[in-house]
Parts: sequence; structure tokens; C-alpha cells
Amino acid sequence: MRFVLNGTSTIVDAHPMARLLDVLRQDCGLTGTKEGCGEGECGACTVLVNGEAVCSCLIPVGQVESADVVTIEGLGDDHPLQHHFMNEVGAQCGICTPGMIMAALSLGPSPTLADVRTALAGNLCRCTGYSAIYRAVMKWRETQNASGPAPASAAR
Amino acid sequence: MRTAISALEVRSVPSLAEALAILRDDPRTPIAGATDLYVALNFGTLEPRRFLDIWSLNELREIAMDGSKLVIGALATYTSLIRSPLVASRLPMLGDAARQIGGVQIQNRGTLGGNIANGSPAGDSLPVLAAVDAVVVLRSADAERRVPITKFYTGYRATVMRPNELIVAIEVEPVEGRQWFRKVGTRAAQAISKIVVAGVRAPVPRIAFGSVAPTVVRVPETERALAEGRTIDEAADVLSREITPIDDLRSTAEYRMCVATNLLRRFWMDTG
Repeated sequence: MRFVLNGTSTIVDAHPMARLLDVLRQDCGLTGTKEGCGEGECGACTVLVNGEAVCSCLIPVGQVESADVVTIEGLGDDHPLQHHFMNEVGAQCGICTPGMIMAALSLGPSPTLADVRTALAGNLCRCTGYSAIYRAVMKWRETQNASGPAPASAAR
Repeated sequence: MRTAISALEVRSVPSLAEALAILRDDPRTPIAGATDLYVALNFGTLEPRRFLDIWSLNELREIAMDGSKLVIGALATYTSLIRSPLVASRLPMLGDAARQIGGVQIQNRGTLGGNIANGSPAGDSLPVLAAVDAVVVLRSADAERRVPITKFYTGYRATVMRPNELIVAIEVEPVEGRQWFRKVGTRAAQAISKIVVAGVRAPVPRIAFGSVAPTVVRVPETERALAEGRTIDEAADVLSREITPIDDLRSTAEYRMCVATNLLRRFWMDTG
């Protein structure tokens, strides 16, 4: 089956009921996406499918046929939000970080702190106490708004 | 241990007509957003082995009016319920419920039809649907029938659905009276409900609870007590005899009973 992975058309030979998470990590070798709880509560496995944040541990890969999938690797290593996470110490052990960042990417423009908390309610972090994460996301959005309109796809 | 993927078999279809033909000739478990089924898969408790993937049936995603009825396609996600102006104006408490189901990731994938078909007594949308006497539209290759949600469940996770049927839509007649929804869980987002309640404040109030019985329940005796003008204390007494909460891993019967009667009082105060 074929889908677009981080902007590149990709063909994988996988069982349609295989979890998207396993296909990404094992077939595609993209281990940035983490597995946490396996029940849709922790958000560690969050990726974007057609721009929407989803838990890749709960998705049969057959359902992303022809879809646009973006993982943490799709950001490169120099995305402004990644820098804000580093600067604000929004990452400690790092397991939740890729999922946090992917979930934050689907936020609309000019989010309030309440918007950020809602967008990240599906992502658990056991290290930071969340404040540093919210700060990183808020600063990212503020600098982005200050430097002109956001690009059409926040992920690129 | 996680269920072995190699043991599973799935067919996917481009249209509802083909989905219904498959269910007629070769019944199998429908799978949509997978937010319940894949939790079972991850925990190794998934029982079905053969599936019909209906996620791509966009014809089941529409939220629209049919005359005076609000019609919600079975594959409408919680996110689409939250964003729908029709839901906001006609059935705002369904939007309230949708906002409290899981995180954004689950809201983007979980569907109203899935919440009904899964039939958990803790399903957060179910008290809302029961309180407004929503109707579940079931379609097979040969027929369509309408079952009130209050008659849809026959026991714990048991329904009147036949193997050749698919939930295609949920219909809601106009609701008179103030709507009220409250979910009590361990935390605001994510947690599965310890108790959930939806109410409509009308001359004859309509009140439904989740997580207090094997299925979602209306509480007709409590409703009657309130309609007859009995005090809220008396109604709370009636309620405590009408529901049968249990101890489980999320809460205790005693806690649920206490919270259920408190929620009834709060509903009455907030909507009075």
C-alpha cells in the first residue's frame, strides 16, 4: 500500500491491520514516534494524518492508504518548535516529546493557554509538570505570529 | 500480549451499498476509528478476527437536518460534533460530551456510531442520546429500521443489532428545555467516566445516567417524581432505588450512588 510519509510517496508491504505505529518504526525505520500506553491515553505515539493529530498505536495502517502522514522526523532537526522545547526545557526524559510536538502542531493560530492545554490534554508527561511544555508552545506561536502568517502546513 | 495481526482478516469497501452486501453474505465486525477495538488489540483481548473496514465511507459522515430532525451520520467523529454549528444549536450537550471524550487524538478518530456499537455502559455520548430519545438508524442490504436508543441495549454490551446490520445514522427530534451534561472522572480529559449524566429540564424532565447499570439508563421514576413536583430530596431518594451502580476498577458502588444523587441535585439547581 501507498501513502505519503513526511512529504515522500512511500510504498510498504504490510498487513492492513498492522498498527501504523509499527509500520512507521519497523518497516519505515522512523523510531522517533514512541509507544506508550497502547490505549490512546498517553499520546506518545501521536502523528499527523491529513493534518490531524492521531494515536498511531490505534490506527490500522490500511486506513492511511493515500493519506498524508507526518511524523516527528518530518520536521527535520531545526523546527522552531523543537528549539522552543529545548530553550524552555520542555523535554526531560524525552519519551513524550515527539508526541507533544506533533499534537501542538495541529493548534490553530493565536492559541490561548487554555487552547494549548486542551490540544495537549491527550499527551501525558511524567517529568516536566507541563508548565515548560506549555511555555514552549506559547512562545513558538507568539514568535510565529510576530514573524508573519503561519505557513499553510505547520509541519513543514 | 498483543493480539497477533497475522490472525486478523479485513475487507475494505468504497461504498455503503457494498459494505451492506458484504455484511449480508459474510458477516464480520465493522471497524471505524478503531479507538476501542485497537485498545483491545493492544491488550490482547480482541475477540473478533474478521473485520469490515468502514472508515472510508464518507457518506456516513454528514451532520444535517431532515425536516425538524437532526441527523448525525454514524461516522461523524467527536471533533466534527464539536465543530458542528447544528450540534451546537440543537444538541449542545452532545458537543459538551464530545469535548470530554479522550484527548484531541481520540476525538479525531472516535465516532458516534462507534460509541453506540461498542456499547460500554460508560460511553459518554450515550446518556445524551438517551435523554433526548435519539433513534438509531440500522440498515441492512434489504431493509432499514429505527430503534430508540433506550431500546437498543438488551444487557451488558448486548444490543438488538443483527450481524447483517450497520448503524448508519442517529436521529434526534427537536429538544425543548435546557440541556445539561456532566461527566465525573479521574481527570478532566482522557479518563473513562466513573459516572456520567445528561438531563433535559422540561415540564417532564428527561434524565439518563451512564456507569450506574449494565447499560445506559433513563430514570423514569425519578423523572416522574420531579414532574409531579416532589422535592429534590424525595427525587434523590427515588433515584437511589432506581439505579444499581457496582464496584469496579474505576470506582465503588457507594461513591457512584453518592455522586449520582449529588449530580441530580446539581442538574436541578443549575437548570432551575
